[in-house]
Amino acid sequence: MLERCVLTDQNFADEIVAKPLRHVWRWVVGAFLLLGVYALCWSIATSPNIDGAVFGKYVFNGLIIDGAIKTVWITAVSMIVATVLATLLAIMRLSTNPLLKGFSIAFVAFFRGTPLLLQIVFWGFLGLIWPLTTIGIPFTDIVFFQAKTSDVMSPIFAGIIALSLNEAAYASEIVRAGILSVDVGQTEAAKSLGMGAGYTLRRIVLPQAMRVIIPPMGNETISMLKSTAMLSLVAVTELYTRAQIISATNYKQVELMAVAGFWYLIMNAILSVPQSYLEHRYGKGVANQNERWFRLPFRGAKQ
Amino acid sequence: MPMVEAINVKKRFGSNEVLKGISLRVEPGQVLCLIGPSGSGKSTILRCLNHLESINAGRIYVDGTLMGYREEGSALHEMHPRDIAAQRQHIGMVFQRFNLFPHLTALQNIAEAPIGVQGVPREEALEQAAQLLARVGLSDKADHYPSQLSGGQQQRVAIARALAMKPKLMLFDEPTSALDPELVGDVLEVMKQLAKEGMTMIVVTHEMGFAREVADQVVFMDDGRIVEVGTPAQVIDNPQHERTTAFIRSVL
Ligand SMILES: Nc1ncnc2c1ncn2[C@@H]1O[C@H](COP(=O)(O)OP(=O)(O)O)[C@@H](O)[C@H]1O
Ligand SMILES: [Mg+2]
Repeated sequence: MLERCVLTDQNFADEIVAKPLRHVWRWVVGAFLLLGVYALCWSIATSPNIDGAVFGKYVFNGLIIDGAIKTVWITAVSMIVATVLATLLAIMRLSTNPLLKGFSIAFVAFFRGTPLLLQIVFWGFLGLIWPLTTIGIPFTDIVFFQAKTSDVMSPIFAGIIALSLNEAAYASEIVRAGILSVDVGQTEAAKSLGMGAGYTLRRIVLPQAMRVIIPPMGNETISMLKSTAMLSLVAVTELYTRAQIISATNYKQVELMAVAGFWYLIMNAILSVPQSYLEHRYGKGVANQNERWFRLPFRGAKQ
Repeated sequence: MPMVEAINVKKRFGSNEVLKGISLRVEPGQVLCLIGPSGSGKSTILRCLNHLESINAGRIYVDGTLMGYREEGSALHEMHPRDIAAQRQHIGMVFQRFNLFPHLTALQNIAEAPIGVQGVPREEALEQAAQLLARVGLSDKADHYPSQLSGGQQQRVAIARALAMKPKLMLFDEPTSALDPELVGDVLEVMKQLAKEGMTMIVVTHEMGFAREVADQVVFMDDGRIVEVGTPAQVIDNPQHERTTAFIRSVL
């Protein structure tokens, strides 16, 4: 074994004690940022045009809370419907049947290619195009159900349809990418065991695709939550609409938008919990992801 | 009746003819080892045998039934995918890259198809899966995910997974080629045991030792054709064709 360094004739037995590098610019930039944030807060807090008490008065207002709850369930229902549709669209897109494939491509092109705002208004005012809603067999006189479209299409129903269809178009591309991310060897192995196409998709391919699908779908959910604000256009009384209605009577627009913004932030923060749970659930079998989803910090991180 | 009878099988990918008339016969309980250089069509013929690939000419019979088609008079009808899946149930396949289901544990990998395809009650299937794991020497790995197993262990789970469907025929496509040398032995041991128990097997391999010990028939393929067929002593130790000689020398 070498005892001494030839170049310096020392044996370097001590641990290295080096003076830490000083990050001067880090401090300078940090100080500027802090100053900027402080100035902004100060100007808001002392502004005669912004009334902090109004925020406090309305943040737990019954109508606001009710609007926030509506926002949550519209988001949840739309997201669930969109995910189911998206999976169907992705499967159609990947099928060898040219009709199914074509339909899926056209659907995505249409609903991704027009503004969501426009689609919401379209579904909201559907009654202007088709005053009557009829369910029956096309091109015959057989009718199962008929009613005025404006009665069937409540604002919320129209809003959910608009958000779901639009989201389905985006999400179908996410699901498709997820399916394509699964190794073809998986389908081969499934086939060789006598599994049918549907079974293989359900039990083998989709569970693995989930790992790729969930993170962008978390993004989509956040985006959807905020898009519900556009439903104010068709008079759905969700969070943003409620804040707007109140501010129209007391002229405290900024404060009420702050109230709404506060709740959007809270709701999005809460959303990250189920996402992290799902990421864990479908991360099973992937190296380093086999630990428990949640471990109490004081139980100790090491096993 | 032979377990496998392939007659004059031809397969094209586009204009590239990959199999140029392959005929094989394997009797029940026999082991056939398929050897040949890379790209000669070994994987393709194996995949044709369980109809993972359709064929362009010839016929393949497994246990007396025509694979992939219904024969009515002189006409062939394409089979419904459901019926093809049913035919495949009884032909086990083991892949070079294992292809275990990464989201399922070793035990679940083995029990998935019996439960989902054959409708075996859950308890019974798990019980049987545990026995199969013991048979390949991995009882202690039941709850491990594939990513937590070595290549050799994964391949043994893959063999157990195929056996869980109670196959009449097992196809192995270079089962040890992706393994570190010290892990090859365990997998070959399981396969030898299987052969001894009377399983009908077709094995693509470069392991001449294994072929010598276990094979009833060795088939040397080159460029989509069968060049030489015989016992291991004939083909490996006393090859008649120049290409066979060159190939055997290169892998020994
Ligand atoms: N799916 C495919 N599409 C096109 N060509 C293929 C396909 N699979 C195999 N081939 C071609 O067929 C030939 C034989 O391949 P393969 O059966 O994998 O050979 P081996 O297993 O003996 O190495 C190769 O030239 C390969 O490129
Ligand atoms: Mg091959």
